[in-house]
Amino acid sequence: MRHLSAGRLIAILVILLPVVALLSMTVGTVSISWIDTLHAVFGSSSSTQIDTILFDIRLPRILLAIFVGAVLATTGAVMQGLFRNPLADPSLIGVSSGASVGASLMIVTAGGFIQGGALVGLSLVSVGAFVGGFTATLLVYRLATSGMGTSVTTMLLAGIAIGALAGALNSLLSYFSDNDMLRQISLWQMGNLSGASWLKVTIMGLVAMLLMGLFPRDSKALNALLLGESEARHLGVNVQRVKRRLIVLTALGVGVSVAVAGLVGFVGLIMPHIVRLMIGPDHRWLIPASGLAGAILLVVADSLARIVVIPAELPTGIVTAILGAPFFVALLLQQRKDV
Amino acid sequence: MTMLASDISLHLSGFDLLRHISLEVEAGKVTAIVGPNGAGKSSLLKVLTGDMSPTKGDVYLNNRLLNQWQLLEKAQMLAMLPQHTLLNFPFTADEVVGLGRIPHQTGNAKDTQIIAEALELVDASYLQRRFYTQMSGGEKQRVQLARVLAQIWQPSCLGEQFLVLDEPTSAFDLSHQKLTLDIVRQLAQKGVGVVMVLHDLNLAARCADNLVVINSGVIAAQGSPEDVLTEPLIDKVFGVKSIITEHPITKRPLVIT
Repeated sequence: MRHLSAGRLIAILVILLPVVALLSMTVGTVSISWIDTLHAVFGSSSSTQIDTILFDIRLPRILLAIFVGAVLATTGAVMQGLFRNPLADPSLIGVSSGASVGASLMIVTAGGFIQGGALVGLSLVSVGAFVGGFTATLLVYRLATSGMGTSVTTMLLAGIAIGALAGALNSLLSYFSDNDMLRQISLWQMGNLSGASWLKVTIMGLVAMLLMGLFPRDSKALNALLLGESEARHLGVNVQRVKRRLIVLTALGVGVSVAVAGLVGFVGLIMPHIVRLMIGPDHRWLIPASGLAGAILLVVADSLARIVVIPAELPTGIVTAILGAPFFVALLLQQRKDV
Repeated sequence: MTMLASDISLHLSGFDLLRHISLEVEAGKVTAIVGPNGAGKSSLLKVLTGDMSPTKGDVYLNNRLLNQWQLLEKAQMLAMLPQHTLLNFPFTADEVVGLGRIPHQTGNAKDTQIIAEALELVDASYLQRRFYTQMSGGEKQRVQLARVLAQIWQPSCLGEQFLVLDEPTSAFDLSHQKLTLDIVRQLAQKGVGVVMVLHDLNLAARCADNLVVINSGVIAAQGSPEDVLTEPLIDKVFGVKSIITEHPITKRPLVIT
């Protein structure tokens, strides 16, 4: 039996998200009290310094965490449904490895521009990551698509092949880079939200809204797809069109997430899985609940990343894994006990 | 109104899977397809339901070419139960049956009622809240049967409805085999055209109006079970010596091997 109804879980998460976000506003190198934060958010603030910290530094970062977390977790849920494999994640279609190569290439070849914050606040690394991720996904998709449609198995294999190639290219780039570049590459691969700006928040927010608006249309089709492609067709689902739409949206969502926050692992793989263990695989609830849970996880992880080694900061991606993995193990153990 | 295969051939990677098959499935009748392993029974079902396009020939559903129907329209008239359905996600039984309501916009309350009735019909009400992934093979197959029944539970305004079953009884014990055949007969009485692949000739003889024997991709015989099931045919198609007699109660042909 499931422990929680879908509606109740979503209600809990909807309440939890703003609480966690507000709490996250108060923590960091400079600690700001609850009262001051609430005053600043819902009224007039006492000091401009607090305003600057809250609205120019922390708020964009928290919003970015919410959008990135939501996009990674929902695309993870969608990919797991599309591949009919609870262990699939967005990186399977090559988007992460492609983005990695794009970012490394930019770091190695155009290292000088990055410090200058070229391209109106969006660094060249971000653009490289997005282009790399999107290109790799298109390549994987084309490799797996024939006159007969897109084979999910071939896509999985093509994703592994492209991933291996990208890994080799990445190693090659690392091999030819100097110490400073090497550090930048590995930091980028750990995933970090510290570069948040209002521009990044706006772009990421628009992408998140687009995905949240379009994914629900296909949630029944995804449910049918869990039975198999032929079964879904017999239930009236245009499988090829749904597949193409979801893959393009995922590539876009993950591509932009990776561009603004680097490789934040774990959220896309584990969050949908955890939510599914709690409320079951119905995508009508799984997708929004995963989105909320992913957003909360990333906000919490990023808050911790800001405070565990004050005055320095940890890359967010490290914290998501450290936080999520034990929780996931606990859930697995509990599930084993229930069976 | 019928489901009609007109002179279809299926040629796949160098093999002739089906050759010049013409078959008419009438609404309100039960058509059983029998034949040895690899004869092309499942291929024929795939062509009939549009999973594969025939190399030659046409398939019609209610007087219109099958591929000219919208997928959603087709799904409201034609339901298909495959031999195996691999479902690795922990849906409960009523959620699986609910998937059969995807092509319809009948609303939650109506769907819930249909799901409960369909589960009841296949003797699986007790499974309603259980996880599909934890069921036995026969229980899974019954839930899947309920799913395709739920898909054509109410008549469609688009045309006659058809149910295609690929070896529906293979995982069932005796009582559920009988239950399945009863359900199939009931559906036929309500006007649904049923096509199913069966391995058990006696089950086929008992419930089919039209019996189609397929061998090596061609139709070896078709007609009423009484006409089709003869000792020479069974010897020729299956290579098995048999005696054909009459069932003492149902008066249907009974094959003893």
